[in-house]
Amino acid sequence: MTTKRSPEPFVWLLFSSGGMVTALLVPVLLFLFGVAFPLGLLPAPDHAYLASVVSHPITLLVLFGLCVLALFHWAHRFRYTLYDGLQLKKYSVPITIFCYGGAVVGSIIAAIVLLRAL
Amino acid sequence: MSTGNAVGGEPPLYRPPVSLTWWLRNPSYLLFVLRELSCVFIAWFVVYLLMLVYAVSSGRAAYQEFLDLSANPLVVILNVIALAFVVLHAVTWFGLAPKAMVLRLGALRVPPTVILAAHYGAWLVVSAIVAWVILR
Amino acid sequence: MPETITMEVWRYRPEHESEPTWDAYDVPLRKEWAVLDGLNHIKDQLDGTLSYRWSCRMGICGSCGMTVNGEPKLSCSTFLTDYAPGPVRVEPMRNFPVIRDLVVEMGDFMAKLPAVKPWLVSDDEPDEDTEYLQTPVEMDDYKRYSMCINCMLCYSACPVYALDPDFIGPAAIALAQRYNLDSRDAGAEDRRDVLASAEGVWACTFVGECSVVCPKDVDPAGAIQRYKLTAASKAVKDLLLPRGAR
Repeated sequence: MTTKRSPEPFVWLLFSSGGMVTALLVPVLLFLFGVAFPLGLLPAPDHAYLASVVSHPITLLVLFGLCVLALFHWAHRFRYTLYDGLQLKKYSVPITIFCYGGAVVGSIIAAIVLLRAL
Repeated sequence: MSTGNAVGGEPPLYRPPVSLTWWLRNPSYLLFVLRELSCVFIAWFVVYLLMLVYAVSSGRAAYQEFLDLSANPLVVILNVIALAFVVLHAVTWFGLAPKAMVLRLGALRVPPTVILAAHYGAWLVVSAIVAWVILR
Repeated sequence: MPETITMEVWRYRPEHESEPTWDAYDVPLRKEWAVLDGLNHIKDQLDGTLSYRWSCRMGICGSCGMTVNGEPKLSCSTFLTDYAPGPVRVEPMRNFPVIRDLVVEMGDFMAKLPAVKPWLVSDDEPDEDTEYLQTPVEMDDYKRYSMCINCMLCYSACPVYALDPDFIGPAAIALAQRYNLDSRDAGAEDRRDVLASAEGVWACTFVGECSVVCPKDVDPAGAIQRYKLTAASKAVKDLLLPRGAR
């Protein structure tokens, strides 16, 4: 039994904030852009309007926060899914690097894509 | 009462193996694994969202290409599945929130159902604002 | 209602067999008989070699935890008629090494339990005559967690414990919270090293089955989740605030 304090509380906080933000925002966004517009249930917004929404600094800030927290949410949960679901805890070092490293790289890509839209 | 302790010498213990498919043994374990897998679809959503933003900021033609891609049946199927998982994530997430949060008003503990209802209320309000901004 | 029900009982007699086997027994099916009564009938009338633990027969002692038709149950409060026409499969609790038949080895829990100091820790030695006053509202904070009878059904239901035996586990964490949330206790900081370790609350992925199977409605999953929030806010404070201001 280890009694050493761990970095877990910080990744858990990122995971939890990500869980809350994605639960609030992702269903409606995915419904609109993934299902409703493609299937013609609702008319897709025209380009000029969407471009003005997307280039707004507040939109970009919200989307950046959403992307970063969603990616860390994925990283944390996926790590434990591999540990428990596939019993891969013996490979915890490469799994940890892959998951959180992936979230960092994804966040950088998100920053580049979003800054481009400014 | 029987204890099964042998007299003299420790008999070997039997250690039941944990099967790789332990999560199929019980419906709530399966639901747990599905809930955990929702994170993969959240990662997919981030990719999809960034593709959308990239397309919109690249101009009208790129946006139209994105709309065509998003109407591809395979992409629609993927997004319908992803939506189901994301809703599963939201429902289970809000369901667990009252377990971690203990709020007090004076000496009284806010009932878990109120915390749960507040989360669903916030979900509704946030979704309405997002839909209004996009569809206006 | 049929007159008998078949009980399929998991057998492991280390002096005879290295792999477990099943034995089937027909026992009278009576509406007031629990699975434990069936086992007692087998032991008394049919096969005296069967080994299992039991004591109070009323859901208080926590001795008779078993796996009944795949689910962790107290065999004294699980009725045979609920499984009619049968068969009823009785196995030892999962996630524990088996000593013999339905008797499991719980030494691991016994070793972990004192690590979370499940007793009132006080800063100073009180007078012998001191009363510890507590209001009903203060008692409500921890009362639920104090109902634990150490039956181990929560460990038996926990896949994280199955996969990672170092996990301190549901009951031990719920018991730590039982004292952490007690207004008379001053041991939260002592318990934190163990609870906030990687093998403490952070190992839990909130499957939630521990709370489902608990016969005393202790809700260990809620206790763990609540402590995660406590531990995380403490960790942030440790990081941000100078030592004196915590």
